[in-house]
Amino acid sequence: METTPTPDRVRVTSSRRGAVPPGSRPVSRELDEQTALGDVYLDGLLRAQLRLSLLVLSLTVLGLAALPLVLVLVPTTQGTALFGIPSPWLVLGVAVYPAAWVLARWYARQSERLEADFADVVEEP
Amino acid sequence: MSQPLSLVAVVLVCLTTLAVGGLGLRLSRRTSDFYVAGRTVSPRLNASAIGGEYLSAASFLGVAGLVYGSGVDMLWLPIGYTLGYLVLLVMVAAPMRRSGAYTLPDFAEARLGSRAIRLVSSVLVVAIGWLYLVPQFQGAGLTLTLVTGAPQWVGGLVVMVVIAAAVGAGGMRSITFVQAVQYWVKLTALAVPAFVLLFLWFRAGHPAPVVPPEWHSPLRTGAPDDHTLYRTASTVLALSLGTMGLPHVLVRYYTNPDGVGARRTTVTVIALLGTFYLLPPVYAALGRVVYPTLPDGVRQDSIVLRIPGELAGGLGADLLTAMLAGGAFAAFLSTASGLAMSVTGVIDQEVLRPRLARLTGGDAPAVRGFRFAAVAAVVLPYLLSRAIEPLGLATTVGLAFAVAAATFAPLIILGVWWRRLSTTGALAGVLTGGTATVAALGTTMLRGDLGGWVGALLANPALWAVPLAAGTAVAVSLLTPGRVPATTTRTMVRLHTPERIALARSRVRD
Repeated sequence: METTPTPDRVRVTSSRRGAVPPGSRPVSRELDEQTALGDVYLDGLLRAQLRLSLLVLSLTVLGLAALPLVLVLVPTTQGTALFGIPSPWLVLGVAVYPAAWVLARWYARQSERLEADFADVVEEP
Repeated sequence: MSQPLSLVAVVLVCLTTLAVGGLGLRLSRRTSDFYVAGRTVSPRLNASAIGGEYLSAASFLGVAGLVYGSGVDMLWLPIGYTLGYLVLLVMVAAPMRRSGAYTLPDFAEARLGSRAIRLVSSVLVVAIGWLYLVPQFQGAGLTLTLVTGAPQWVGGLVVMVVIAAAVGAGGMRSITFVQAVQYWVKLTALAVPAFVLLFLWFRAGHPAPVVPPEWHSPLRTGAPDDHTLYRTASTVLALSLGTMGLPHVLVRYYTNPDGVGARRTTVTVIALLGTFYLLPPVYAALGRVVYPTLPDGVRQDSIVLRIPGELAGGLGADLLTAMLAGGAFAAFLSTASGLAMSVTGVIDQEVLRPRLARLTGGDAPAVRGFRFAAVAAVVLPYLLSRAIEPLGLATTVGLAFAVAAATFAPLIILGVWWRRLSTTGALAGVLTGGTATVAALGTTMLRGDLGGWVGALLANPALWAVPLAAGTAVAVSLLTPGRVPATTTRTMVRLHTPERIALARSRVRD
């Protein structure tokens, strides 16, 4: 008579790893329910976004103020021309637009990254 | 000057607009059709639509006219028009999309929970919309007079009737695709003649434009009390803040799928506008080649349409003029219909529908009120356009931007970023900014530019009126902490939390 070898005893437990420990829940619920904790996170996001926005705006204002200032303070720049077009026209009529676009694109990417980081943090259980 | 080809182009553009309006009647029965489109419109298509609606008579004719007249300093106008979208991008694009608001009054009411602020916003939408419609009618009159010799009032009347019909039919606005095509139509209609004319000019031995030296120098001070620097700075501020407060701009943001989409759309809009604005200076310079000084009885704004006749001859000139005239009409019609749609919506919703319901006990079909509102929305600005004829196109558009910058811009920016904004504060800010700007601009329009500092401050109020409005809103809000809406935090969570985070309570379903 052949007996099947009895398998080794295995301890069967329910794994609690990955389960939500009692008392902890994602911050997104705190946000949703407008608790004090959610408020702290919201403030952080608001401040980060606003800082980025104000950075872009101040770069714009600086750039705009610098354009005429350089043209007026360094009169030789006004005399220079490319393909017969005087430099003030090239700067104010052409160069401004790609610069604005590059700045806008950079902002959009940065702000998407901020939001992605924020989402990662608040969705973590 | 009578040009049958140009007339054909104008008629064709008008008929297409009407046909599209009729098509819209079949395709879009409910506002929800517009909402549903929001799920599928890609940033690139939506950006073309925004560009198509935004580039108006002022951009198509006015900018070239001003640059022709005053030189390099006028390039600040298209810069301001474009920067408006940069400011919009960094301050409000994504939060506006997430707010779920469809119009500015909707946003104001949702954020501040007050009927009063809704009412004030509605009045402002109508006022700004009307101010912006005026130059569209003027541009149409000017174009039609030039190409057919018809009296000045005819062109405006044609545009008025066409947009009243198109808006009354219920279409136009909801068809993103058509507005998107409009951008490319306008760009082509301005770019192709520009290249042909440049070629002709080059072949003619590229004579230099005849200009006084100050035409080339930026921020020159002509008279000692001209205050060019102040005026320029104030104008650029008005244009770059005013864009977000224009009634036909925000609505387009609703078709973005989400906040990220709204930002990407805006980035593309900046590229499209930048491309378009490379062209008006070309016309201004060519204008200086053919007309060293403005001939008697010729309006600066018509310079774009006159160049082909001077540089080319015969059928070629007629074709180019026809192309420009058609493009110009496309500009008037697309901007005007977008504006008329916004104004009509407000008049219908706030004024006519409640009255009509009370009078008839809810029996009248809603669409009749809407059509009546569409007529009301365009007749008044048309009459106004006859009254303030002499102002240039870009100047009149500037008035609308100035009012929007001193009212809606502080309201929206504070509403999006500042939690302590109270209902009373917002109301006080908007009323202060609006009253100050309207009083200043009204004085300038009635009495003419007074000259000196007084004249400069009154003609370009943005640089003091915007801080005044924002300051009032902040000060009054701090004094009335009890009037901060209880829903503020929930609204802020909704405005700023990315869509991928699931929010059961704070998110609006749309």
